Amino acid sequence: MNASTEKLFARLESLLGAPRVSTDPESCAEYSIESVSPSAIASPENAEQAAELVRYAASENLALVPCGNRTKLSMGMPPSRYDIALDMTSVKQIAHYDPADLTLSVGAGASFNDFAVPLYQQKQFLPLSTPFYFESTIGGIVASGVDSALRHSYGTVRDFLLGAEFIDGTGALCKSGGRVVKNVSGYDIHKLLIGSLGSLAVITQVNLRTFPLPPEARGLVASFSSAAQALDLARLIAASALAPSSIELLSPQLLQLFLDQTPEADPSEPASAPLTGLFPENSWHLCVSVEGNAEVCARYVRDLRQLGSQAGAINIHVMDFTDSTGPDLWHHIGQAIPAILEVSPSAAIFKIVELPSKLSPLLIQLAAVADQASLPQAVMARASGIVYFALLPDSNGEAALSSLESAAARVFDLCANKSASASLLFCPTELKHTCNVWGPPRQDLALLRSIKSAFDPHNILAPGRVLDA
Amino acid sequence: MNPALIRELEQLLGRPSVLSRAEDLLLYEYDGSVEKALPDAVVFPTTTERVSRVVKIAAQHNVPIVGRGAGTGLSGGALARRGGVMVVFARMNRILEIDAENRRAVVQPGVVNYELTRAAEPHELYFAPDPSSWKSCTVGGNVAENAGGPHTLANGVTSNHVAALELVLPDGEIVRVGSKHGDANGYDLTGLLVGSEGTLALITEITVKLSRKPEAVKTLLAIFDSVDDAAHTVSDITARAITPSACEMLDGWTLRAVEDYIHAGFPRDSAAVLLIEVEGLGEAVSAQAEAITEVCRSHHAREVRVARDAAERELLWKGRKNAFGALGRLAPSNYVLDGVIPRSKLPQALRRIQEIGQQYGFQIGNIFHAGDGNLHPIVLFDPRDGAQFERAMQASAEIIRYCVEIGGALTGEHGVGMEKSELMPLLFSDADFDLMRRVHDAFNPECNLNPGKIFPLSKGCGEIRARTHSSSAPTFTPHTP
Repeated sequence: MNASTEKLFARLESLLGAPRVSTDPESCAEYSIESVSPSAIASPENAEQAAELVRYAASENLALVPCGNRTKLSMGMPPSRYDIALDMTSVKQIAHYDPADLTLSVGAGASFNDFAVPLYQQKQFLPLSTPFYFESTIGGIVASGVDSALRHSYGTVRDFLLGAEFIDGTGALCKSGGRVVKNVSGYDIHKLLIGSLGSLAVITQVNLRTFPLPPEARGLVASFSSAAQALDLARLIAASALAPSSIELLSPQLLQLFLDQTPEADPSEPASAPLTGLFPENSWHLCVSVEGNAEVCARYVRDLRQLGSQAGAINIHVMDFTDSTGPDLWHHIGQAIPAILEVSPSAAIFKIVELPSKLSPLLIQLAAVADQASLPQAVMARASGIVYFALLPDSNGEAALSSLESAAARVFDLCANKSASASLLFCPTELKHTCNVWGPPRQDLALLRSIKSAFDPHNILAPGRVLDA
Repeated sequence: MNPALIRELEQLLGRPSVLSRAEDLLLYEYDGSVEKALPDAVVFPTTTERVSRVVKIAAQHNVPIVGRGAGTGLSGGALARRGGVMVVFARMNRILEIDAENRRAVVQPGVVNYELTRAAEPHELYFAPDPSSWKSCTVGGNVAENAGGPHTLANGVTSNHVAALELVLPDGEIVRVGSKHGDANGYDLTGLLVGSEGTLALITEITVKLSRKPEAVKTLLAIFDSVDDAAHTVSDITARAITPSACEMLDGWTLRAVEDYIHAGFPRDSAAVLLIEVEGLGEAVSAQAEAITEVCRSHHAREVRVARDAAERELLWKGRKNAFGALGRLAPSNYVLDGVIPRSKLPQALRRIQEIGQQYGFQIGNIFHAGDGNLHPIVLFDPRDGAQFERAMQASAEIIRYCVEIGGALTGEHGVGMEKSELMPLLFSDADFDLMRRVHDAFNPECNLNPGKIFPLSKGCGEIRARTHSSSAPTFTPHTP
């Protein structure tokens, strides 16, 4: 331990107590972001301790990156400075849960078992089957702004985050919003925290609207020989009165990736059956989930079958989610990003936002980008206009990196020309040396910078991770 | 008012687009609240570029700028509290695009809420936020206030339906935030701007999300002999996880006033009615209506009627949406509160409101969005009687204080404006205000835009930085009506 690390340890220890601080290099390496390790890890017991720590960091100009279970720590650009990892996983208490009001206030560090299980016990849930959901903290889900297939009907966390408590860059404990379902008292500052990757504030508590578990649910997978045909079905559904809970398009390669994967068995749950043999190969699959009572589900399935045939489906497969031992394609859909990263750790995964009517030509252009780069690809597209486009190099060598680099430039270019917007959610660290994961500069950058300064005047919170604000 | 400023505005917009005579300005002195404030000039720009130039002229003369839609707001948000130039968006009222396939519309801020829904109707689409004033309020005003309405219970408030905005900043710069899709990289500026009550930027173009009209709609009128039973019914509907698209309550006193005026079919001898609507697929609607009827009956509903056809449904809604107008027949003025409470606490909240009314000597009526806990207690008073007005304001402040005490909020959809700014310390600490102020200053550092709103006067522009401790317990300072 060098002198400055020793001094840092001593100070953090005086603030939090020795068991809540570590400067051990091996432990610090576990908190590294894109190969940059912090000098110390601080795990405050509560929001007040965390605030004291931020005040200390501000006074010493030390850079902090708040984190939960670190499943999405590599998102964004690498921080320009990183002295202390602020591990919030001890701040996980449920401050308030009123099942009769369908509202929950919970510490940002709460993991699935802390916040989702008590909801399930009341037949409620949060529609957040986001990537790494079962390993994530709720604060991490909010701060990373990741979405889920259920956004089609429930919206994103932006639509049900009622308020938050957080620590700004001066170390002040602040709040915004409240815990009632309708509220216009003051600015919706908490919305700014969604997707801010810890660069505006350290989230300490989130207030969320909860939702009743649907009585029944079904999944229908319609397979097509082309993406365009599958999207025709999405269009037919959009033009009808049907309101499914999710509509996801899977490329043939992505389904194959799911088939090749053996999901880790959860000892508390009965194992679900494999997907093998259920869907035709080399097809695009439109996966539609629906919710309601048995009668409503039956109506959906009937109408969707008809629309599927009308769109030219070569196969239609229906799944009943009430049978928990049946094949669970939607688990794979929710965890598609971790699955891709597991198969191809050097994958570059883009999130591209485009209007639904323009998805079909976009997918053709993306396929051309992959072909040109001679890289395998996988696509998952939400019918509401969110495309996850993955390029899957089989190595992390220089040639692969160079292919990814030119492919990324082409993706950003084609999006700029199409009024779409793209960002690189996950990619090899080396790619970030030459490529800004947020794409080309935007018109409102000056405003974003002003917002960053308003929250974090000393630029100590995850500096450099979001845009170049 | 500075004659040079008026001249410059007239040169830019033409004389018919600038008002500065006292008798013309009087029309812009009030909105739907009990507040009053006179602007120095009113302008009617027709393009974003002209809005930008108006803002630059005002900045050069160092006078405030206040945006205004139809002036139907209920918190003094669109009043020129510090005078200055009022920018009225009445002539920026074009629907620029309806993109049915992507369920988006691009509109200028002066488009009337109802007109947007009408324009979307041929595509089986509609704009979900539906404040009671929907036939006159503007989409720009809805965005500024993050407006709600009866049907936001299932469908969400304005911020859930806004994808992108074009803004004019206080220095005249024109900026676009968000995207037509809605998702955008970086911080959610659209989410911050919706509901910022015109204090951060003037909004000159709005991209909204449109919703698909449901296949089936059922409207139920549940009739009760006790307010308590009606309140328990609402809490129980929520607790049983049934989400109707609307769940409105009218107590006996207000429904009688409404019935005398509109003849909507509310039984005059009842203590309370619930107007509940369910929508969706036909199969789902039938099941939900049955479940709701069962809950109503279990709480002693005298009768549960189902509207037979669209005409009866519209009549019931006409009664609900015009209720505030009907109350005008009972007293010269009324003060509509907008507190929000956790839905499980509705019965106790309604009892407490009645107690407060008795304590201050007022009959307080209730007509409100019961399903989302958004109360609208209505205090009737005569503004010519200063003492009575003051008492009405004190009773109102006590009700709001109670809402906050039981875990609620000051305002659910009407905004803070100049009406509730002094109550903000009930919810927010000095640290909260300090951050809000810094966010405010990131957009509006000189405080030229809609000054005197949202923040308590003691924490207004330039004042908060000098104060590090809360001054005293918050009190409600009534403004002379």
